[in-house]
Amino acid sequence: MTEHLTHDGGGHAEHGAHPTDAKYVKIALILGALTAIEVSLYYTSFSEVATNSVLMLLAAFKFVIVVAYFMHLKFDNKILRRLFITGFVLASFCYVGYLVTMGVFV
Amino acid sequence: MATPASVVGQEHPTDPHAHGHVTNTGLSNEKLAMWAFLGSECLLFGALISAFFLYRGKSQSGPTAEDVYDIPFTSVSSFVLLMSSLTMVLALSAIQRGDHRRLRVWLMATALLGASFIAGQVYEFTTFIREGLTIKTNLFGSSFFVLTGFHGVHVTLGVVMLLSLWNLSLRGRLGQEKAEVIEIAGLYWHFVDVVWILIFTVIYLIPE
Repeated sequence: MTEHLTHDGGGHAEHGAHPTDAKYVKIALILGALTAIEVSLYYTSFSEVATNSVLMLLAAFKFVIVVAYFMHLKFDNKILRRLFITGFVLASFCYVGYLVTMGVFV
Repeated sequence: MATPASVVGQEHPTDPHAHGHVTNTGLSNEKLAMWAFLGSECLLFGALISAFFLYRGKSQSGPTAEDVYDIPFTSVSSFVLLMSSLTMVLALSAIQRGDHRRLRVWLMATALLGASFIAGQVYEFTTFIREGLTIKTNLFGSSFFVLTGFHGVHVTLGVVMLLSLWNLSLRGRLGQEKAEVIEIAGLYWHFVDVVWILIFTVIYLIPE
């Protein structure tokens, strides 16, 4: 039996340096600003398709920022990144496919 | 079989996360398990959000989303939860530096922000019920209360977990070598936050 045993490095075998506290505060301010933009878009009277597309993009951007920086996925081991991204993408395809089949987006 | 020296050489004696466990992947089993759990949570919330989409605009009777939503109030709640992610990551940063006083301050701040979010949700639910929208009223009520209710339960469990960690730290049972415990609790908390980012946009901000 071959075992590739390593001492646990807390999953940081390939990590880079985590952001500083000041950078975390900047990231939170950016997230707050993006939320303010989202809410102001809700009250605008642009085309519904354009507004909804921008809202979805902003939500996706906020999602990626939190996962990458606050959850440290950007700095952590590739295995963790692949595990989460694979699960998330498969779940998204599964449910979007289901909703399309049910005629929700048609 | 002998363990390859180059692989064993990946040990990080100065890594504040290091517990000295030996694992096949070189990763912490607890952290790997948390990420796998979060992957399964994607499926749970994906199903609930899909159900909301499926029933959207199909209610036979009111009240509907436009009748009951209070966007300014929910926006403030969303901002509160978003800021709790900042305090959570500052708690992790504090324990990694061995600053236990700040760790407790940030853990308590995160728990209080989470509790404020829950208080806001209870107020919102109460208002909706007073306006005639219950889980049994129509399809919108069913899918809305189930989705946001499940999320609220997750936040509540997170608050209980944070208060337990605060208590452990106060009793001196959460040393710097246990920073990974805070990191894993943080992963759960941030996930609850990212789920709300999606819920806030697709449920509240995008009209029917």
